[in-house]
Amino acid sequence: MSVEHGVFIVLSAITLVGAWIVIANRNLYRAALGMVLSFFGVAGLYALLNVGFLAVVQVLIYVGAISILIIFAIMLTRQVMDREVVQRNSQWFISLLVALVLFGVLGYTLAFRVADQWAVGGSGLPEKPIEALGEALVTTYALPFEVASVLLLVALVGAIVIAREK
Amino acid sequence: MDVPLSWYLLVAAALFCMGLYGVLSRRNAVAILMGVELMLNAVNINLVTFWRYVAPEAMAGQVFAVLVYTVAAAEAAVGLALFIAIYRSRDTVVVEDIDLMKG
Repeated sequence: MSVEHGVFIVLSAITLVGAWIVIANRNLYRAALGMVLSFFGVAGLYALLNVGFLAVVQVLIYVGAISILIIFAIMLTRQVMDREVVQRNSQWFISLLVALVLFGVLGYTLAFRVADQWAVGGSGLPEKPIEALGEALVTTYALPFEVASVLLLVALVGAIVIAREK
Repeated sequence: MDVPLSWYLLVAAALFCMGLYGVLSRRNAVAILMGVELMLNAVNINLVTFWRYVAPEAMAGQVFAVLVYTVAAAEAAVGLALFIAIYRSRDTVVVEDIDLMKG
């Protein structure tokens, strides 16, 4: 057990506890706050993986933007988030079963069958990771990058058109 | 790099399954969207982990993760706009009550 193990366990616990609040809490506002907690945990995991840029982006986009959007939506659709309203549908037990079976299969496969069979090529981190990422985005992956910006534009216009008062 | 690769994959699998349960069991559309966001986060953890452990010289893993962010942001914006529009016209965001297309 090194420090890294400890940090990993703490960050994973934060992530999974947040996710648990999201799926189990009857108050949707608290569920959204649990989601924020979970996103922070994921940002920490990125930092642990030496992906500082994505950790910052995670905090900016998920914690800063998407969570705020979702909390806005919860506030705007207010009376459905009351605590008395049943939040689970009639198929929740089957859903639980499906999720547990999927996790069982995935966990068994990952932990006992294919664990660490991938060639781990640890040491070759780029010297300037953010520069390398930026360069890759405008050279090798220029087309997906441009398509993503078009997607964002379309989503921006579409969201305004759909949500506008008629 | 002390932490084994499979630990990250296990955490991501757990996060994905919890998101899946949220998507399948919630009645409120906004809560379903939160489940989808959890699943997207799990996918991103996998992408970044494989980038770090298997191919840190190639930037493909990080580029994929950035694209997932873009799609997630677009999806959240359009999805929430849809929910607000539905709420305005039908006064509910409970997915069972939004059944105009049901035959």
